[in-house]
Amino acid sequence: MKIGTPKEIFEGEARVAMTPDSALQLQKLGHDCVIETGAGEKAGFADKAYKDAGVSVVKTAAALFKAADVVAKVRAPSDAEVKRLREGQTLISFFNPAGNTELMEAAAKKGATVIAMDMVPRISRAQKMDALSSMANIAGYRAVIEAGNNFGRFFTGQVTAAGKVPPAKVLVVGAGVAGLAAIGTATSLGAITYAFDVRPEVAEQIESMGAEFVFLEFEEASQDSSATGGYAAPSSPEFREKQLEKFREMAPDIDIVICTALIPNREAPELWTEDMVKMMKPGSVIVDLAAEKGGNCKLTVMDEKIVTDNGVTIVGYTDFPSRMAAQASTLYATNIRHMMTDLTPEKDGVIHHNMEDDVIRGATITHASEVTYPPPPPKVAAIAAAPKKDKPKELTAEEKRAEEVAAFKKQTQTQVGLLALGGALVLAVGLVAPASFMQHFIVFILSVFIGFQVIWGVAHSLHTPLMAVTNAISSIIILGALIQIGSSSLLITLLAALAVFMASINIFGGFLVTRRMLAMFQKS
Amino acid sequence: MDFGFTIAAYAVAAVLFILSLGGLSGQESAKRAVWYGIVGMGIAVVATLIGPGQGLGIVSIVLIALGAAVGYQLATKVQMTQMPELVAIMHSLVGLAAVFVGFNADIMINTVADLYAANGGTLGATLDDGITAVGLPKEVHDGLSSFGQLIAKKSGVEIGILRVELVLGIWIGAVTFTGSVIAYGKLAGKVDTSAKKLPGGHLLNAGAAALSLLFTVMYLGGSGSWTLVLLTLLALFIGYHLIMGIGGADMPVVVSMLNSYSGWAAAAIGFSLGNDLLIVVGALVGSSGAILSYIMCKAMNRSFISVILGGFGGPAGEQMAVEGEQVAIEADGVATALNEADSVVIIPGYGMAVAQAQQAVSELVRKLRAKGKTVRFAIHPVAGRLPGHMNVLLAEAKVPYDIVLEMDEINDDFPETDVAIVIGSNDIVNPAAQEDPNSPIAGMPVLECWKAKQVFVSKRGQGTGYSGIENPLFFKENTRMFYGDAKASLDKLLPMID
Repeated sequence: MKIGTPKEIFEGEARVAMTPDSALQLQKLGHDCVIETGAGEKAGFADKAYKDAGVSVVKTAAALFKAADVVAKVRAPSDAEVKRLREGQTLISFFNPAGNTELMEAAAKKGATVIAMDMVPRISRAQKMDALSSMANIAGYRAVIEAGNNFGRFFTGQVTAAGKVPPAKVLVVGAGVAGLAAIGTATSLGAITYAFDVRPEVAEQIESMGAEFVFLEFEEASQDSSATGGYAAPSSPEFREKQLEKFREMAPDIDIVICTALIPNREAPELWTEDMVKMMKPGSVIVDLAAEKGGNCKLTVMDEKIVTDNGVTIVGYTDFPSRMAAQASTLYATNIRHMMTDLTPEKDGVIHHNMEDDVIRGATITHASEVTYPPPPPKVAAIAAAPKKDKPKELTAEEKRAEEVAAFKKQTQTQVGLLALGGALVLAVGLVAPASFMQHFIVFILSVFIGFQVIWGVAHSLHTPLMAVTNAISSIIILGALIQIGSSSLLITLLAALAVFMASINIFGGFLVTRRMLAMFQKS
Repeated sequence: MDFGFTIAAYAVAAVLFILSLGGLSGQESAKRAVWYGIVGMGIAVVATLIGPGQGLGIVSIVLIALGAAVGYQLATKVQMTQMPELVAIMHSLVGLAAVFVGFNADIMINTVADLYAANGGTLGATLDDGITAVGLPKEVHDGLSSFGQLIAKKSGVEIGILRVELVLGIWIGAVTFTGSVIAYGKLAGKVDTSAKKLPGGHLLNAGAAALSLLFTVMYLGGSGSWTLVLLTLLALFIGYHLIMGIGGADMPVVVSMLNSYSGWAAAAIGFSLGNDLLIVVGALVGSSGAILSYIMCKAMNRSFISVILGGFGGPAGEQMAVEGEQVAIEADGVATALNEADSVVIIPGYGMAVAQAQQAVSELVRKLRAKGKTVRFAIHPVAGRLPGHMNVLLAEAKVPYDIVLEMDEINDDFPETDVAIVIGSNDIVNPAAQEDPNSPIAGMPVLECWKAKQVFVSKRGQGTGYSGIENPLFFKENTRMFYGDAKASLDKLLPMID
């Protein structure tokens, strides 16, 4: 099959869906590659590089659509591009099918198969083709860089000969892929980073990236994101109130806010209100990655950078990945290549569009002249449901004390009970047994008692030597044999002699081997 | 003859034995403690030889010397991996000695009874006070060995108790003997290690035990020594059949149990001989073995009874299906991970002993530590075939003991561990024990190595552990299977660590 990538026609888009590297990999799958001239130019890939990688370069988009069986691009197709599709052709690109219904239907009418990269289900197997994640990662990184570009101070705190520089304080709202990338970038630049998310289970990830999780005191069944495929769901008004209150408290101290809170298929929630912006110090920066969906801050102007009256810069760009076109193209092309790998299971250049496959089915929005969006829920849950954690009940001091007393009482009871039972047994034996037996019996009881006390103290690592040494000393039975050996009866003498011999083997063997073992234990 | 001196010596010996066991609480004090034991034993034997055991003293000394020679050979030649076998076979010797001494006591009772009869009296008959025995004429009495004299002085009740004690001594001794021989066979690989029972299973054991009880009653009723012989045969059978029915990996419990039995046998014999030192030592050893058995059972979350009855209970319900696949890895992959890791935990098991890989493991540890990495060992109480088996193997390979930690000491550290290496262990690292309430090993404390960032499992091939339980650890995302013989795998790995 021939895979082709046209030049992006969207204004300002610099990314390209095929790189010379990815083309080489695609060719290994048995495909041929074709590209429109100048498609990779803005991302830093010249036509020559493509040619060197064995890609044929065509002059026009029309020629490309004609030549290619599979068209891979970045942005959703324009009306003109959809018109160029033909039956049996496959288009792979971002699509946003929920918002582009007409375009989707048009593509279906043309008989083309459309694979929407933004519809790849979030399951582990599909991570390698999850273009949303790879783009979000770039956006998160770039957001911090953009913030730094507009921020007049260092990120990291320094003590220099020219004076002390305080570290910047960064708040990241929403700890998805972009949020985590932003946290990582901000902390590695040396800023004090705080992060917030409505899903408490991400606290661990936040902390592992070096940021501090902004903790809300809130009594509510917390969100279990496994039910929503790992995405956040809208939170209750009470929760939101609490959250805003916390942000309000933090706003005067925060230098940089990176907003990344998005809920699938909804307008972005307002989390950084106007009054918070007013509270911020002049020179502070807000980067709103949710600008495309209205922004987490309502002052954000999409695709623009504004400065408020109190000197706070608000960046509302939506093209962060495109601003890092080389990196973004490399990652996106790799995502596409992985998708092609799954579509070409035999690596023979023949596409097998397996609609039974969860990933392919999920991403396919039109197939065989029909709209196949929305997909049925995947067979594999995106994320295993987190086991319901029972919060250990915080005990008050009195409760703890009471518990201790109860445990102590119970212990005393068992101990006294056992003692009473043991005492009664010994007494019962004493009633029938003669005094001469009882004398030995007392010795026996005491020895068992000492034995238990002493053996509990033995180190676990010395259990083998313990067995060897008890083995040796249990040969004390040799005493019995020694006493008997002098008997007048030959049989007794014989048996006793054998017993002496065996016990003696044991004594020497046991002690020697114990010594040998103990000598081996060495401290470092 | 009065043996006041002997009793005093016994008291000293008893104290030394207690100190010798108590000293095992630490590696350094243990080195001193073993000497206490040796000196105690020396004092006890010498005191007996110059006291009540004077008869045929030369023969005794010669026999002891012979035994010493054999014991020396055994102790110096044995491989550390063979320790379980050695311990087991030594238990059998104690058991057999107890049987012999017990029989001797019975023969002595008969001899003394005959003497009484020849002198017109009855053994056990007492004077008017009901306590003091009638006694034998002085010249006959003096002709007896010291043990004979002891019996001759006993009243009827005392003779009865004496018989109970020696029945106990012989019975336990006989069970210990055959049990230990079978345990030895299983550990040495001379007997099939799987659990085997004769048709009838535990009913056979129960029947044999009931018959033993019957014979005991008959023997006490004066039916003669043949009941004692039959009883011994039954006990020998029980010992054989009981241990045959227990699987190879339950051996730590079996060996500690036999250890305990050999102690109780000695104590019972001590009662019948009226020898306090035997009683003290027997009780010490008996309780020591009992505690070890308890610790082992607890580490497997199984009751003592269920171990003795052999075999695992069936699963309580549908076991969780294991998802995922076992991903294999080659030595270079393991080497890369180890070279990058800061903290490494190694979990050895019986497989390491089988493959004799402890030297290679030690070498690996030395290399990793030389690079400044934290390397530690996590030892599960039932790893290996003997309590503390792994510790001894590692000590032999010159692994410093202070990096060899117990399960409770290290389990919390796994989340901060970069690499965990599992060498030849399986059930002791099975997460099913915690995650699957229906697993046969549910509730067994296990080493939580899957919490480490990366886990490598050195294993001969795919397959379940001795208990036949699937191990979900092998299927976890952070687990890589390093297939092959443990020693060969490590030897391949060693040159790649730089």
